[in-house]
Amino acid sequence: MSDRILLDCGSGGRASHRLVADLFLKHLGNPELNRLNDAACLNLKSPLAMSTDTFTVDPIFFPGGDIGSLAVHGTVNDVSMLGAIPRYLTCGFIVEEGLETDVLARVVASMGTAAREAGVLVVAGDTKVVPRGMVDKIFINTTGVGEIFVDPTPSGDRARPGDAILVTGSMGDHGLAVLSTRQGLAFDTPVVSDAASLNHAIARLLRAVPEVHVLRDPTRGGLGTTLNEIAESSGVCCEIVDEAIPVRPEVRDGCSFLGLDPLYLANEGKFLCILPGELADAALDVLRGDPLCAGAVRIGTVTDAHPGKVVLTTRLGGARLLTMLEGEQLPRIC
Amino acid sequence: MHQTLLRQFRDPELCHTLLTRLRAELDGELRFMEVCGTHTVAIFQSGLRSLLPPQVVHLSGPGCPVCVTHESEVNAFLDLAGRPGVIVATFGDLMRVPGSRGRNLKSAQAEGARVAVVYSPPDALALARDNPGDTVVFLGVGFETTAPTVAGTVLMAREQGLSNFKVLAFHKLVPPALEVLLSDTEAGIDAFILPGHVSAVIGTEPYGFIASRFGKSATVTGFEPVDILESLLFLAQRRRQGRAEVKNLYRRVVSDTSNPRALEVMNRVFRPCDALWRGLGRIPDSGLEFTDEFEDVDAKRRYGLSIEECPPLPGCKCGEVLRGRLRPDQCPLFKKACTPAKPVGPCMVSTEGSCAAYYKYQVE
Repeated sequence: MSDRILLDCGSGGRASHRLVADLFLKHLGNPELNRLNDAACLNLKSPLAMSTDTFTVDPIFFPGGDIGSLAVHGTVNDVSMLGAIPRYLTCGFIVEEGLETDVLARVVASMGTAAREAGVLVVAGDTKVVPRGMVDKIFINTTGVGEIFVDPTPSGDRARPGDAILVTGSMGDHGLAVLSTRQGLAFDTPVVSDAASLNHAIARLLRAVPEVHVLRDPTRGGLGTTLNEIAESSGVCCEIVDEAIPVRPEVRDGCSFLGLDPLYLANEGKFLCILPGELADAALDVLRGDPLCAGAVRIGTVTDAHPGKVVLTTRLGGARLLTMLEGEQLPRIC
Repeated sequence: MHQTLLRQFRDPELCHTLLTRLRAELDGELRFMEVCGTHTVAIFQSGLRSLLPPQVVHLSGPGCPVCVTHESEVNAFLDLAGRPGVIVATFGDLMRVPGSRGRNLKSAQAEGARVAVVYSPPDALALARDNPGDTVVFLGVGFETTAPTVAGTVLMAREQGLSNFKVLAFHKLVPPALEVLLSDTEAGIDAFILPGHVSAVIGTEPYGFIASRFGKSATVTGFEPVDILESLLFLAQRRRQGRAEVKNLYRRVVSDTSNPRALEVMNRVFRPCDALWRGLGRIPDSGLEFTDEFEDVDAKRRYGLSIEECPPLPGCKCGEVLRGRLRPDQCPLFKKACTPAKPVGPCMVSTEGSCAAYYKYQVE
């Protein structure tokens, strides 16, 4: 194979076949994918959960992960949030002409490792190579399918007054890791992305406490935006306590330096769980038994005080709204 | 600032003690204005606003650099963005500020203008180095806090022989604006909390007129709840004693004298000029323009940009808000025609704007 990805690699001809055989099948191969049919034959029980996401992260390698593993974690997590066991993934690559083949190989190998760890099979894929400058290195779309094993499924419109609001660990790690790498900023204590597949932790949680009302992973827009979506969909108020929300000191300091709010930064390895208040302790016990959720805590309560709003109790004991993020967070002037 | 030290300035117990003392000291309504967007956000974000006694009336002044950037100046940014061979470099919070026809840098970017969001003026310099065939124009907005850094970057550009780095400078100076506010009797401002960052550059001496000519007290203050409460307590005490004083309560960062190095750099590159402030109009000697030595860096001259004074946006009351005459939620457009998604005026656009702070933080 050439040491750079050429337009030929997306042509469908021999170069494409070499890429598939030498790279994709090497890292992602499994009996279904290896058949190289036009479509995959899946063995699933209904009902099914399905989700799709496209990953365009810049830079494609960041502390704690890369675009390949992220593309697996992101979709695995989205499928899992519906109370489903993710089974199969598809992946579509849009690659910029001239990308080093080694870079693509590292990304695909990382996807393979992430998929194996999550226990999902990549069963279909597609690669397009576009002229230099039309995309930034590599974009990846993944679609996931999973089997739902709880009824009713957790859903953003099921939060009820009296429910407890839990998060499984520190907020903002992924967002700040990517942002600081993009800007070439080095902090005294390196900030590392939390990107991880949460399906095993969620399966354990739901088997022990199936009465969970809402599961969400606070990705883009962070905790603030996600809670607002839930408050709006459920017509309830999410009252949270600032002091209870876990944020690593290095993330808090980095955000303070850049004028960002960690509660709006993306997380890729944490989730938010809303369930009847009396089950909170049981859920926390289960969650803390999983290394990915060891920092699980209760951060607040669902009430009917201000329907559709998120109210934050500050460290001083004052109250303020935590509104939905408008656009992207941008650095301020002073 | 060391986090352990900062925690002391956020100590809830100390804050509650100060609140109790403040309540005891109040002899009536105390209308205080902060003149710094970071203070605006700090007061809301800490939840302090919801804990202040009702007699303490919080007014947000023209302390957000984005909010005071005049429509005519935004029009000049938009006039520049999209010109062939120009990359506009800007801090992010200017991206959504509307000009007089509702366009902003984000829409200009979508139409093909090359706009780069940078975190510091030296980032814009690096951009100029990386794009030798283009001219990078940095949008110089901000108060005495930002101007020395921009001036320092201009000096660096000269040292490095980078002739493709220009600045469109609309910097503003805080003390002249305070004079305008104090002369405005309608707002009835009793006292000021002065900007900590600006004061770190200019010291406290330039604020002396607040007490000597206008008989009002003011403090230079940090951004933690304890800082702000200590200031309010001081201001209430002075009012009760019938005395006026300007006091530096931010000595861990601000000295009474100026930062001579910063001022030297700023004054070498810039000289005072009349400036347009959104909401406050033209204020003599309240802006900065390039000295003759640096006229080659001046994007206004390089691109022949004329700053046409245009009327304020119809219905927008940002000017009244910035003067302390109107609370954001008293503006007829607030939360109706004017929201962060579709801001009419800059006080709703900027993350440090008072309207945005009300919208974002105020629990009804």
